[in-house]
Amino acid sequence: MIFTYYPGCTLRTKAKDLDRYARLSAEALGITLEEPENWQCCGGAYSNVNDEAATKLSAARVLNSAKELGRPLVTVCSACHNVIKQTNYDIQHNATLAYKVNNYLGLDPQYNGETTVYHYLEMLRDVVGFDKLAEKVVNPLKGKKIAAYYGCLLLRPSRALSMDDPENPTIMEDFIRAIGADPVIYSQRVECCGGYITLEDKAQASKRSSAVMTDAEENGAEMVVTACPLCLYNLKKNSGSQLPVVYITELLAEALGVKEESNE
Amino acid sequence: MQRIGVFVCHCGTNIAATVDVKAVAETLKNESGVVFSTDYQYMCSESGQNIIKDAIKEHKLTGVVVCSCSPRMHEATFRKAVASVGLNPYMLEVANLREQCSWIHKDIATATEKAVILGRAAIAKVHLNAPLTAGESPVVKRALVIGGGIAGIQTALDIADAGFDVDIIEKEPTIGGKMAQIDKTFPTLDCAACILTPKMVEAAQNEKIHIHSFSEVADVKGFVGNFTVTIKKKARFVDETKCTGCGLCTEKCPMKKVPNEFNMNLDNRTAVYIPFAQAVPKVARIDPNYCLMLKNGKCGVCSKVCSVGAIDYKQQDKFIEERYGAIVVATGFNPIKLDKYDEFAYSLSPDVVTSLELERLMNAAGPNGGTLLRPSDKTHPHTIVFVQCVGSRCDDSKGKPYCSKICCMYTAKHAMLIREKYPDTEVYVFYIDVRTPGKNFDEFYRRAVEEYGVHYVKGMVGKVTPRTDGKLAVQASDLLSNEQLHIDADMVVLAAAIEPDKTARPLATMLTTQMDTNDFFTEAHPKLRPVESATAGIFLSGACQGPKDIPETVAQASAAAAKAIGLLCKNSITCNPCVAHSDELMCNGCSSCEKVCPYGAITYIDKEFRMPDRTTAIRRVASVNPAVCQGCGACTVACPSGAMDLNGFSNSQIMAEVDAICK
Repeated sequence: MIFTYYPGCTLRTKAKDLDRYARLSAEALGITLEEPENWQCCGGAYSNVNDEAATKLSAARVLNSAKELGRPLVTVCSACHNVIKQTNYDIQHNATLAYKVNNYLGLDPQYNGETTVYHYLEMLRDVVGFDKLAEKVVNPLKGKKIAAYYGCLLLRPSRALSMDDPENPTIMEDFIRAIGADPVIYSQRVECCGGYITLEDKAQASKRSSAVMTDAEENGAEMVVTACPLCLYNLKKNSGSQLPVVYITELLAEALGVKEESNE
Repeated sequence: MQRIGVFVCHCGTNIAATVDVKAVAETLKNESGVVFSTDYQYMCSESGQNIIKDAIKEHKLTGVVVCSCSPRMHEATFRKAVASVGLNPYMLEVANLREQCSWIHKDIATATEKAVILGRAAIAKVHLNAPLTAGESPVVKRALVIGGGIAGIQTALDIADAGFDVDIIEKEPTIGGKMAQIDKTFPTLDCAACILTPKMVEAAQNEKIHIHSFSEVADVKGFVGNFTVTIKKKARFVDETKCTGCGLCTEKCPMKKVPNEFNMNLDNRTAVYIPFAQAVPKVARIDPNYCLMLKNGKCGVCSKVCSVGAIDYKQQDKFIEERYGAIVVATGFNPIKLDKYDEFAYSLSPDVVTSLELERLMNAAGPNGGTLLRPSDKTHPHTIVFVQCVGSRCDDSKGKPYCSKICCMYTAKHAMLIREKYPDTEVYVFYIDVRTPGKNFDEFYRRAVEEYGVHYVKGMVGKVTPRTDGKLAVQASDLLSNEQLHIDADMVVLAAAIEPDKTARPLATMLTTQMDTNDFFTEAHPKLRPVESATAGIFLSGACQGPKDIPETVAQASAAAAKAIGLLCKNSITCNPCVAHSDELMCNGCSSCEKVCPYGAITYIDKEFRMPDRTTAIRRVASVNPAVCQGCGACTVACPSGAMDLNGFSNSQIMAEVDAICK
């Protein structure tokens, strides 16, 4: 099975692990991830300005390349996933925007939101299946208490992302169970880590990320797992907590027995 | 040839503003058979009706066409008017120029053209109308009330009071409903049980009231005045006629770890149990999901201790059939499930409770004997945060779009009771709006704020985080001071939205009544017929029709009873003469009509016919029971040989209308 894979810029720089383990694990699961040619930055943050098409063009471009290749599009970075899925939703539901985007990009045939977009976790759940994934685990992380951290971008806005319940999600916990570990449920798992505010007001980001880490720790977590490079940064650098924070793909690679030593 | 009169109504400006009524009357004058045509401002008024009556007499009219509003509105009015001067009421047709023309069009020229066409169709139909005589069908003098909460109880008491037999069907082992679980009632703060249980006992002792507890409606047949209902009496494994409610079995039952639904699963009950002390009927029930005897065949303690031999492990569901003249629906409500609102940590902390759970926590018969203690560690809470509108007034798919109506008042009640009993407790109430219309309601809320010092904060709670020190970290916004609030609470109480009971929808299908998108039963008219359903003989009582507090529920329950009594008082009701009939000579006995009839009005009989060659032959032909037929017309469409026809809406009449429209 081949999927069009959109790594995004951060996975080429700060979050190489997220990318590398995503590819290794996918291969172990019999899925080939192929990058489209000449992809560009997704835009980084989704612009809520709805009458401006320019900020949505690069996301639209990669959506269209996936359509041309006739394959679903997979992303793993929470921010890329958020931008690309919201853009796709907008193109499907906002005719004026779809018209502008198609005009800007000069697309022929037109792109009208035909591409199916998966987050890597959704691919595991809906394409591979968590039960099938569990069968392929060679190195189950038995007894490990892992707290899933969703952050804000992975699930919201739920209407456009339609991935899981934004306040009471289960997808990451099901993933943790599939790789043999025990999920820790804690209330801050769907709250914000501080996000980009760390650039401007470190104290604020530190307050947010430490609230998340404290809650996870208090509920008995030995490790926090996330899909988002920015979350990982904030939780590691700004929270003051010593609890390890890793990417979902790293844990997956470990469970599937394909993890090599990281170069970073 | 008919002599037809045409009467075009202005309906004030409702029709006249968009339809040139004078032109319509003038044009229709030229239709064949029309001997009189006029227009008037309000045809339904006394003087309007007199115009019709006078014209019938003066012009010897044999048919009347009134071009006005929907026949649902005034067909009965006009039929009565023409009947009063000796014309058969079924010689009248209404052309709907309001709902189907003036209200939906803007252009006068096209609307006028359409009005003329609608008038022509009605005239074409009247040409083929034949006088019809309505028959009568008897009314069974017994009512059924579905649901035994306060709504059902009140309706049953009122109907019984008028001298009619009434059955209550309650799906739980006891009547009482939600009100039995409530601690105190607003705005007077009297104890709910003290005012409810006497009514429950009154219902049980009333000779006219028959309670089928732990029963459900399995099937409904028939029509107004003559319903046949199949009642499923679910197996309770205790013989109702023998059990005295002594409670010995519940004391001796070894299975003591069953979640107690009456106390919102906050404590445990035994496998054989009586729901609560004042249950009616006070009869035990064995829960087959937990009973060791029913599960593994080992135990039998209850059967040994029962001195009257009421325990029956082999009891089966029983079906009984009863006939009723009227049915009142009182299926009530439930709080919604809160799994989509986990920002309030309901699934994470036992100290986050719903308002109904708080009622039990504060009730003397509740898990803590009336002392308010945190469910987690049984300590006294010092800071309590109430969150209103949890799932109510939601614009997204996860909640309800409507206001649940009762939450503002019961939250004020909870806050006030807590402040009175435990003055060292700080109480915060987060609200979007405080909605307290109702007699003495706003005064009640103000008392909570002004006298009892409850902190009302306009804004919503965004997040509740349970901490290891046992506190609940509440993050909220105060919209008036534009501040973020952080409160360390001991308990959080969620005012969950209310929704109709899950049994309501399948019941609506059985009763062929309408529901709205939220599964509340739809009343026949939102203002003028609030307790009747659109289906004749089916009435609505309580929260099954929309969110309601107790005073409103009781008022509506009595209103529904009055409507039901009005029906039961009649010895017979006039039937609709527009029923199907079969031309036996054309019927080929195929059974198509019998299969599509939703009312079971068609049966097949073997009948002797004289054949052209002077022999006789027995043929199987359809026969319609006019008392059961509702005139829906499904059989006339299904009949392949054209033998089935509907009085008042015959195939030839419908085709004449179509021809007139297409002319």
